[in-house]
Amino acid sequence: MPLLIPCPTCGVRPYGEFWCSGELPDGGHGGSDDAEADFERVWLKRNVAGLQTERWFHHAGCRRWVTVRRDTLTNVIDAQL
Amino acid sequence: MKLTRGDFRPSYDVVIIGGGGHGMATAYYLAKRFGITNVAVLERSYIGSGGTGRNTTVLRANYKTPETIRFYQESFQLYATLQEELDYHMLRSERGLFWLAHSEPQLRNQRERALQNQHFGVNTVYLDARQVHEVCPQIDMTGGGKRPVLGAAYHPPGSIIRHDAVVWGYAGAAQRLGVQVLEGIEVTGLTIQGGKCVGVVTDRGPIAAGAVLSAVGGYVTNIADMAGIRLPIVSHPLQAFVTESYLPVLDHIVASADLHIYVSQSARGEVLIGAEIDPYSSYSTRSTFPFLASAAARAIDLFPFVAKLRVLRQWTGICDMTPDYSPLIGRSEVDRLFISSGWGTWGFKAIPVSGLRMAELIATGTVPPVLAPFALDRFRRDRAVPERASAGTH
Ligand SMILES: Cc1cc2nc3c(=O)[nH]c(=O)nc-3n(C[C@H](O)[C@H](O)[C@H](O)COP(=O)(O)OP(=O)(O)OC[C@H]3O[C@@H](n4cnc5c(N)ncnc54)[C@H](O)[C@@H]3O)c2cc1C
Ligand SMILES: [Zn+2]
Repeated sequence: MPLLIPCPTCGVRPYGEFWCSGELPDGGHGGSDDAEADFERVWLKRNVAGLQTERWFHHAGCRRWVTVRRDTLTNVIDAQL
Repeated sequence: MKLTRGDFRPSYDVVIIGGGGHGMATAYYLAKRFGITNVAVLERSYIGSGGTGRNTTVLRANYKTPETIRFYQESFQLYATLQEELDYHMLRSERGLFWLAHSEPQLRNQRERALQNQHFGVNTVYLDARQVHEVCPQIDMTGGGKRPVLGAAYHPPGSIIRHDAVVWGYAGAAQRLGVQVLEGIEVTGLTIQGGKCVGVVTDRGPIAAGAVLSAVGGYVTNIADMAGIRLPIVSHPLQAFVTESYLPVLDHIVASADLHIYVSQSARGEVLIGAEIDPYSSYSTRSTFPFLASAAARAIDLFPFVAKLRVLRQWTGICDMTPDYSPLIGRSEVDRLFISSGWGTWGFKAIPVSGLRMAELIATGTVPPVLAPFALDRFRRDRAVPERASAGTH
């Protein structure tokens, strides 16, 4: 069974239809005036072994972003945010 | 090979976390070249159980940037004499490595790779389609009727070597010099006093150390978290599989830049197939059917005979991927805590140079020039070492 991503528009679909942009940084993806905060947001990762909030882009479907919470130890997605 | 069993000492000059290739090689060179023998390697499972025992063992030096080429050249040379140095048979076998292009942009890339390699003294030549066919007639030049092969960068020194023998060879030689290799002991914390790392905490009690090296492959974030350090690393699974044994028909290692797969045949006759990382981060080593189906289809496009073979084993390792696909190795923000990471999908071939130069750094306190470009703070200094196209899959 491939990893399945719950899309609010298209339903549960295989991961191959999506592009994963990885963990959602604290405070989201927007830029700021603080160079140090920008550096950390762009380069440094939590890379957590456990629950991770992450974004997937449904390129072969509705072409919208989906935010989910996935356990990186088991790949189980337990919440769509 | 017999490992040291029994109790560890209360204190060591150097404690190395992780009994993979990088940890074991560092231990060996600390003892052999720098006379530091009061060293322990702590492995939570069995030695070589991580990426080092799961990889597809391609040795090569055909990278792109001068810094990286110099680094992998040194490693390749150390590998060439490793069996004699460690007195251990490793089935090293020179095969010649193709990097096929099936598109105009890749053709340009492979030409450029050959020229750049030659400029830095690496033996890589550009071959057109006819020459590819002459050197390796097993390749289906039509690419399964879908992706015709247009040309290739060919790296004659490209080799394979038995991966677990590399770990065992280093472990045995290190032990003969007095290093303790301890299996079944997990590091659960670091002891840090006044910004300095002075030991580790394990599931069997604390151990004091003059220096600590993290060499835990895809699990480096776990150790960095213990020190409050954040790294530019994301852990991705990388899968591979082998078929049942077949007549020895394929001498070469064949990688395709457009199909993102590579194929070789082991001494046992198994056809070994690797491809790209899973497209999401994970610590799960469960192999997946989508990977198998997709990589097998691409392998059959290049080698139609593979279609008849049955799959024998499929497995997964966890890779510590960096944004620029280069190693992340050196001192950390915490004094006397060293990190050997960023080995991603490409780190097996780097084991000797990384072990030797990390040992030098720990022993002398001076960063060896060959390691300097890969320092942990390079992204802060805007000094990425881009190698994505060269390190991508193996
Ligand atoms: C399928 C696959 C194919 C690959 N192909 C190639 C290739 O062809 N060429 C190439 O150059 N590279 C390749 N690689 C990459 C290569 O395997 C790795 O970069 C390399 O093996 C990393 O070695 P290491 O010593 O850093 O880590 P590992 O070999 O993973 O060793 C780390 C060890 O640390 C232990 N550990 C972890 N946490 C702790 C703890 N808290 N306490 C104690 N011990 C701990 C683990 O059990 C493990 O044994 C491939 C990888 C994979 C998965
Ligand atoms: Zn959708």
